[in-house]
Amino acid sequence: MGVNRRKFLKIAGISTLGVAAKPAADALAIEWLDKKLGGFTVSETLLHMFHKPTGFKPGEALTAERWAMVVNVKNCPEGCNACREACHRVHNVPDIENPKHEIKWIWHEEYEHTFPGQQHEHIEEHLKETPFVVLCNHCFNPPCVRVCPTKATFKRKTDGIVMMDMHRCIGCRFCMAACPYGSRSFNWKDPRPFIKEQNPEFPTRTKGVVEKCNFCAERLAKGQIPACVEACQEATKKKGREPALVFGDLEDPDSEVRQLLRSHYTVRRKPELGTNPNVYYIV
Amino acid sequence: MLEKGFLGGRKYWIWMACLLLFMGAGFISWLFQFREGLGITGMSRDISWGVYIANFTFLVGVAAAAVMVVLPYYVHHYKAFGRITILAEFLGVAAVTMCLLFILVDLGNPVRALNVILHPTPNSILFWDMVVLNGYLFLNIFIGWNVLTAERKGSPPPGWLKPFIYLSIPWAISIHTVTAFLYAGLPGRHFWLTAIMAARFLSSAFAAGPAMLILFCFIVRKTTKFNPGNEQIRTLSGIVTYAMILNVFFFLLECFTAFYSNIPGHMHTIVYLFRGLHGHTGLVPWMWVSAFFAVVSLVLLIVPAARRADDVLAVACVSVFIACWIDKGVGLVIGGFIPNPLEHITEYVATVPEVLITLGVWATGFFILSFLYKIAITVKEELRA
Repeated sequence: MGVNRRKFLKIAGISTLGVAAKPAADALAIEWLDKKLGGFTVSETLLHMFHKPTGFKPGEALTAERWAMVVNVKNCPEGCNACREACHRVHNVPDIENPKHEIKWIWHEEYEHTFPGQQHEHIEEHLKETPFVVLCNHCFNPPCVRVCPTKATFKRKTDGIVMMDMHRCIGCRFCMAACPYGSRSFNWKDPRPFIKEQNPEFPTRTKGVVEKCNFCAERLAKGQIPACVEACQEATKKKGREPALVFGDLEDPDSEVRQLLRSHYTVRRKPELGTNPNVYYIV
Repeated sequence: MLEKGFLGGRKYWIWMACLLLFMGAGFISWLFQFREGLGITGMSRDISWGVYIANFTFLVGVAAAAVMVVLPYYVHHYKAFGRITILAEFLGVAAVTMCLLFILVDLGNPVRALNVILHPTPNSILFWDMVVLNGYLFLNIFIGWNVLTAERKGSPPPGWLKPFIYLSIPWAISIHTVTAFLYAGLPGRHFWLTAIMAARFLSSAFAAGPAMLILFCFIVRKTTKFNPGNEQIRTLSGIVTYAMILNVFFFLLECFTAFYSNIPGHMHTIVYLFRGLHGHTGLVPWMWVSAFFAVVSLVLLIVPAARRADDVLAVACVSVFIACWIDKGVGLVIGGFIPNPLEHITEYVATVPEVLITLGVWATGFFILSFLYKIAITVKEELRA
């Protein structure tokens, strides 16, 4: 990345401003303001205001009209947890053992819990044991977005990803009551002590906010596929199988997800609720 | 007029000091919660609303119940209620204040509460609930204060106050309707997804609210020189009777639809509440206590001779309060989360700090109520003297 004179001066200027702001802020003893800014210092916040996030390369970003995922359940290797591990590592999801305070973006459920009401006692043997990957469905009509009183959760217009603004969330948990898939987690306590190894590329959260899968919006912006999909490709390749998680543009007739949807019988979770999920299952 | 709230006897101050003690304990517990996060409560990923929102929901009803006194007096010119409208309106003020406090203590990020106003979101029912609750608080303080000021001067309430009074009637209905909509519009929560929710909320509100008002009338009559009046209490007890009958009737309607249709999702929560589901029976004793008191209250209220005896009426009103509080708070709010959307069952038990915070909010409400009642009753006593 070439830094020309003009750009150098701009960055240097802002940095100076930031550096100067820090002692000024300290002198005013406004630590509480730093905390209000979500754990950043005043100077850091000023820098962020004028600075593009690192790693953002316009032109290289993966874009779509409507991102969707197909879960080909039979390709899921036994006992494999690669998708969850990758996702939670990349997104600084804390590892809290108490199920009451647990935070999870993607995880495995049994068939009867993934598709409640669909189970019956004479069901195919493999369905009883197969783990089903569940995550936020990035609904076309997301109830969580409908109920949020601050627009802290919103559907991105460009590609339909249902996202969270952790800095705006007031922690009312209305979205958790509204989500018919149990996809949302709340930070019942400070999550940071429960993160084994922090990924500096992605923010950690504070206590008191809701979080969930973001379809790796931050990776798509850098031209990378979602972490779970990437991990799944590697894990299934070792077993000589096709990947269980496939990601792509639902509006592109040639995309891999559309090809799979064309050639397989697929189901979605609770379609009768009209949420129009963007995660499909090949059972 | 405000100074009259400070001119109380020894008993008044002992009572207020007791309330302050609970408020203090609640506040300290809240500071602990503020530092540690909501993890100190019994709430969880599956039961994401607990006793705070349960009490909030119940108290919105109590607040709305003021309309049961205001409407007969101002619309139907039922003169007897003129004596107690101020008691109903001030009960509304205290109840809405508690509602707002319960919302505040339930927030994961209370310092960001103003985001609801800074980023107004009309598609969110919670946004509208904020609007109607604050509006109702304003209306009741404004109307109550002006009516009392006029009464003190021996004049009727000023004419320009009438539009506000008439506005407060549909507004009272709106606060509980909007609160019901918080629940009744969520897909995938079968127990809440029912068109009759707002009607159920209103019926239980018009039972529990006036029941509380009757109890307060008894206390006022015993502890002060002001008598709210026998006819007033009789009429209120009639309102409680009809509302409680409707409340139980509406609940039975829910049971019919769930069990005759035999749709599992519609039955699960009711079964969980009254019999337990897959061995989980945490709320079963609560619900049977609620059912027991509902039946007791109905018997005592419906039999005219029983209802007309003050002592029996007091027992009936306490029964209504217990039945409605458990049904609406514990059963409706917490039950609605069980089973969770993936049909797992997590149960909920409130923790000690959570209960202390809850008691602190109730104490704050009673503190405000006692202060306002002291003012209103002193004015009324002076007029009589």
